[in-house]
Order: sequence, then C-alpha cells, then structure tokens
Amino acid sequence: MTAPLLSLTSVGCARGGLIILDNVSFEVSPGEALILRGPNGSGKTTLLRTIARLQPAAQGTIEAADDSIAYGAHADGLKATLTVTENLTFWAALFGTRGIDAALEAFDLTALKDRRAGALSAGQKRRLGLARLMVTGRPIWALDEPTVSLDAASVAMFARAVEAHLAGGGAAVIATHIDLGLKARTLDVTQFKASTSASKDFDEAFL
Amino acid sequence: MTPLLTRDLRLAIRAGGGFGLALAFFLIVIVLVPFGVGPEREVLARIAPGVLWIGALLACLLSLDRIFAVDFEDGSLDLLATAPLPLETVIYAKALAHWLTTGLPLTLAAPVLAVLLNLPVQAFATLVLSLAIGTPALSMLGAFGAALTVGLKRGGLLLSLLVLPLYVPTLIFGADAVRRASEGLATTTPVLLVALITLGTLAVLPFAAAAALRMNLR
Repeated sequence: MTAPLLSLTSVGCARGGLIILDNVSFEVSPGEALILRGPNGSGKTTLLRTIARLQPAAQGTIEAADDSIAYGAHADGLKATLTVTENLTFWAALFGTRGIDAALEAFDLTALKDRRAGALSAGQKRRLGLARLMVTGRPIWALDEPTVSLDAASVAMFARAVEAHLAGGGAAVIATHIDLGLKARTLDVTQFKASTSASKDFDEAFL
Repeated sequence: MTPLLTRDLRLAIRAGGGFGLALAFFLIVIVLVPFGVGPEREVLARIAPGVLWIGALLACLLSLDRIFAVDFEDGSLDLLATAPLPLETVIYAKALAHWLTTGLPLTLAAPVLAVLLNLPVQAFATLVLSLAIGTPALSMLGAFGAALTVGLKRGGLLLSLLVLPLYVPTLIFGADAVRRASEGLATTTPVLLVALITLGTLAVLPFAAAAALRMNLR
C-alpha cells in the first residue's frame, strides 16, 4: 500500500461566503483516478479550486506535497496571438519542464503547432488546454469538466492521456458528467452538501 | 520569471497588445499643449517640466487595467497562481513588462518632445533621469491597483481613482527636479526623493499586490 498523493480530511469549502460542502474526506493514491459527480451547482468546481489551493478550506485539512497539483479550469488560459507551440512552451518553461513534443503528439496538435491559438476551433483549444497538463510535470491533475467541446475521438484521446499519466504513478481528480471509459472510483459530491450556513471567517460588512 | 516576462513582452508587441498606446498618447498631449497655451517661448519653458511629467503619468495610467484583467478573463491568472512561481514574482514580472512597454519608451521619447515645449537644454539630462527612476514606481503602483481591482468589470475608473493619489508624490518630486534643472539649481534632493519612492514601492508593493490577488482569486 503506497502513501496517498492527496488526502482530504473533513474538508469544508465555501463559495460567496456560504459553506456549500462539508466533511469531504477522501484519499487518492498514485495510479488512481477519482471522478467527481453531481448536478450543476453542487460544488464540484469549488472543491477542485480548494484542492488546487486557489482558495483556503473553510474547515479540515488537505494534505498534498507542495507544487504537486496541476489545475485545469473551464477556461484554458490560452493567448490568442501566440501560436500553439508558444503557448505550450511558455507553460513548460514556467513549470521548469522541457520538451512539448510528447504533449503535442498525445493531443494530436503536431499539425497545428504553428497556428495561432486564436485561429483554433473550440475543441482544438480545449485539446491545447489539456496538453498543458502534460507539460506541467505534476503528479496530481485536478480537472474541471475537461471534456467540454471535445468530440468522441478527442475524449478517447484525453482518456488515453489520463491512463498514461496514471500508469506513470500520477493521480487525477476529475469533475465530469460523461463516461470517460476510465477505471476509476466515482464520488458523488451531493452527499457532502452542507446545510446552508454562513462561513465563520466571512466579513458580513462586505454584504 | 523570464518566461512570463518574455511572454508578456511578446503579447504586447503582437496585434492588439497595446504597445505604443502610451507613447502615442504622450505624443498627442505634448504636441497639443503649445496649440492650447500659445506660442510664447517663456510660458512654454516654464510649464514644460510639469506638462511633460503629467503627460507621462497619464500615458502610464492608460494601460494599467490590462496588467491583470486580460489574464484574469482568459483563465491564465488561475493557472499562474498554481504555478511554481511565487505570486510576488508574478507581480514583479508583470510590473517590469509594463514598464518596458510604457515607462521606458516614454523616458526615451521625452527629450525629443521636450523640444516642442522649449525646455531649456540644461534640463534634458535631469528629465530623462527623473523619468527613468520615477516611471518604475508608476508601473509598480499601477500593478498594485490592478491587482486590487482585477475581478471587477470595467474596473478602470476605480483603478484610476485608487492609483492617482499614490502617483502624486512621484509627480511632485519628478517635475520639481526638472524645474530646478531648467532654472540651473541643484537637483539632488528631488531626484533622491523620487528614487526613494521607487525603491519603497518595489520593496513593499509586490507583497501587498500578491495578497490582493489571492483575495480576488478566491
């Protein structure tokens, strides 16, 4: 039994001053993927942003090594006036990794590499956004609806990339509504829904 | 820090990046002043230090809201915040990129435009020096204001109101240094004060701006 890469212990997360999830506890081990499910507004994005440390947990603890999480949001963070290669090379340099060819290959972007990101289709942009995850070199992927605007072939391409990442000892937490065809645990976040209560550290003067 | 800086510079010079906006605005203001004020050379020489500094300052203000707003809208700011780079370094890189695309060109253009305002020749060196050491403070203060207002739609107005009072000390001492130089007086004190303000902002504001960004990303 290997130590988990990511472990949450009775975590609560707040959005807009309201605690919407509490008592979230789970562990993700190397080679494992966890699929988060739940209807719109159930708190999947908030939970992922908390895991990515973009916002503090209202309660509980999140244990993960420093700089171990790559976050993939709804927005791809692409610059329209930079080419595909320039966009990826920037993230690779920022995360201190080398070589973007494997990522271009995995998401079938090699033929598009000199095209400006602004001239890509929505699905191609999404693939470029996902290819960014591969150049971060980080073990835990926290992904928010990664398959939006992808066609069936691209979804399969993404599933293969996740499988390769898991086979390399990585882990993934993915919020999605579709079946990715991955061997993964699923976790329904509605079971953690908090009874509506204001967060303690929220200053009501701002309301 | 270098990848972020080179990316921002590359974005600035590509289409729609806004490079040249500050410079063009500065040029327009300085060219229009003699038409508005009249051609008396003594009057122009007397107002030249203040007009040059105010023009540079307003030109700087024009592009401030783009420092973080564009990255916020396309989602890269979230990704930058989760990158191994500390947010304080992100602020430095952003402020430096802003200075290289606005403050530095303004500094280099100022002596050329000063001719139009009949600034005495002995003040040219002080004009370039005071702008060179004063404009980094304008970029850093601007990055702080931009970090405070990043989540706001049309935050430009609030940003200007927040940042303009903070620009006043730099303006006073910068313009005073040039005025003293044009009258043949010693300029050491105002130049040192401008340098002091710049060093102070560079030391303190990245931390304040990073804290503001963290709050706004929640």
